[in-house]
Amino acid sequence: MKRSQVGWVFAGPALLVIAVFFALPVAAGLALSLTDFDLYALADISTLRFVGLDNYLRLLHTPLFWQALFNTFYFVAVGVPVSIGLSLGAALLLDSKLARFQSFFRTALFAPVVTTVVAVAVIWRYLLHTRYGLINQALDALGISPVDWLGNPHWSMPAIILFAAWKNFGYNMIILLAALQAIPRDLYEAARVDGAGTFARLRHITLPMLTPTLVMVGILTLSGYFQLFAEPYVMTQGGPLRSTVSALYFMYEEGFRWWNLGNASAVAFLLFIVIFTATWVLTRFDRDRSEASAS
Amino acid sequence: MQRRAALRRVGLAVGASVGVAAGASLGVTGCMRRADPRGPLDFWAMGREAEVVAELLPPFRQRHPGIEVRIQQLPWTAAHEKLLTAYAGDALPDLCQLGNTWIPEFAALDALEPLDERVAASSVKRDDYFSGILETNLMPARDGRNVLRGLPWYVDTRLLFYRTDLLRAAGYARAPQSWAEWREAMTAIVRRAGDGQHFGALLPLNEPDPLLALAFQQGDVLADGATRGAFSREPFRRAIGFYAELFHSGLAPVMTNTQVSNVWDEFARGMFSFYISGPWNIGEFRRRLPASAQGSWATAPLPGPHGPGVSTAGGSSLALFASSARKEAAWKLIEFLSETATMQRFHALTGNLPPRRSAWDDPRLANDAPSRAFADQLERVHPAPKIPEWERIFQEMQATAERVVRRTQGIEAATVQLDAWVDALLEKRRWMLARGAAR
Repeated sequence: MKRSQVGWVFAGPALLVIAVFFALPVAAGLALSLTDFDLYALADISTLRFVGLDNYLRLLHTPLFWQALFNTFYFVAVGVPVSIGLSLGAALLLDSKLARFQSFFRTALFAPVVTTVVAVAVIWRYLLHTRYGLINQALDALGISPVDWLGNPHWSMPAIILFAAWKNFGYNMIILLAALQAIPRDLYEAARVDGAGTFARLRHITLPMLTPTLVMVGILTLSGYFQLFAEPYVMTQGGPLRSTVSALYFMYEEGFRWWNLGNASAVAFLLFIVIFTATWVLTRFDRDRSEASAS
Repeated sequence: MQRRAALRRVGLAVGASVGVAAGASLGVTGCMRRADPRGPLDFWAMGREAEVVAELLPPFRQRHPGIEVRIQQLPWTAAHEKLLTAYAGDALPDLCQLGNTWIPEFAALDALEPLDERVAASSVKRDDYFSGILETNLMPARDGRNVLRGLPWYVDTRLLFYRTDLLRAAGYARAPQSWAEWREAMTAIVRRAGDGQHFGALLPLNEPDPLLALAFQQGDVLADGATRGAFSREPFRRAIGFYAELFHSGLAPVMTNTQVSNVWDEFARGMFSFYISGPWNIGEFRRRLPASAQGSWATAPLPGPHGPGVSTAGGSSLALFASSARKEAAWKLIEFLSETATMQRFHALTGNLPPRRSAWDDPRLANDAPSRAFADQLERVHPAPKIPEWERIFQEMQATAERVVRRTQGIEAATVQLDAWVDALLEKRRWMLARGAAR
């Protein structure tokens, strides 16, 4: 047997699994997105019509789709920096020599990540309650009038972002903490000998050394946050005024609530294109930066 | 939004919807019945009904010791998706509690067994049912005949729950009967409180039923054999105009029901004096209102434009799935649950109102003032359009109304937009009807 054949034999089972459970469904989905598969087609397949790109064109003329896309971008644009900022802040605090009870805090800050979304969402709904919620009571103590977090279309998305950031920051914190601990200590000592203060060391040593990790964390968070679904599903069901309908929530409603699977598949592909582009831009940015620093 | 292996899941998100769809189409063509004709009956029910239905069954077990019943409880919020997915996956139960606005959908799927002959041969008297409620279970077949696709189990219509004491204090001795009277009474109540914390009515913005009832009082919401929207026509505009005006003039708070922490507490505190709700709230009001408020509430038929008006014809039916391998046994259970005596016990357990007039002979219903208003209303109910797309139109109607209430859109633009949306949604239905006619 030739070497290349041996390679195919070893790779074969994995490729087969990928073909059956990934490539085939994606191809079927693409085909589905070109039809008007709906409830009627489910009952009688002869009513299935090939509609070409109509689903995509109609989606581009659907205000709710644009709103869902806007909501998703809003969530990503605010949520990703907030979430990574929180993770970085918490990681720096935990890495600091001044920190006490490090392992306790590490566990405590990581705890939200391993909780169930549905269970903590219920607790957060209490926290965010307009009249009786702790958050509004705290604001009240500061003299700020109560905010109708989940009922006011302007505040519902910030509330969801707050919840998602709290729920997820611990995961990135652990990754960043590991990266922080991997930075050689002698760099800091050399910088201190050269007279660099705390802030200068953070800027010229910590952040550059962290950048590869930050980009990786950024890509993972970005693509994860684009798939916002469970939080609005549990906390607001897309309301008020559809202000928390995300692209994935919209797809879920189209597909599984109304059973317009043709439309839902088209949404899935459009979302795929969006996430792919965003991730590509980010990796591109990372490559440019490392090429620039190498030259 | 789990984030582990997020990159990989980008692709999987695409695949997921698709995979189910592929499975769905396979399920339709491949005909694999997993059911064992001698196995237990699978009965899916929702919410509170599912909790208590087991208590109704001992007499049934005595009568039919050979039939074992397995009850599966579904939450209301997920029931619709679960049923459709079960249909697609060929995993429907034998019988099911089915919200009667969902019947058209499952009738379009041809998933429901016709019940006409079984009813005719049984002790269940068809003309004993409130006609408006039975009507929601009659679906036109391809040859134009109406076929009975379910048997009403309990009824749900919406009417007024109101505070008698606050109404009296504002100078009104009886419940309002027309829109004008109703608005006048609410204005008086709000003016009397005068603090911005007390409202006339609570109409949660995410509940579409009150607006639909008001719309039915004016006329049809769909036109041309339910193939086009009629929302931009005069009748619906009058209804949404009245509805939105209640919010704009401060008679109703701009709120969804998730924002009202506890409807009963707020009702007892007098935050609002009128609440449009259904029969289940009779029991809830008795249980949850403090003793001090117990003597000061009542129910009344829904006011109409000029005197008592129609309301929605909701409720649940018992449906037998055509895919069942145990239809005889399943029908025996439906027959048992539809007996007058069982319905009366069901009412005692849940407060659900029976759809059969003879069940109302029960003194617990006949002598109960809050229930009597429902009996009155049930003679004036209007079924929802019988098309599978209705549920979606219903939700979109409320989303439109919410925009009007929150003043992000005017009534004229909003209703024109809604009609355009409905017409686009019903394109397939028009195509199917034209195709059916051509054949």
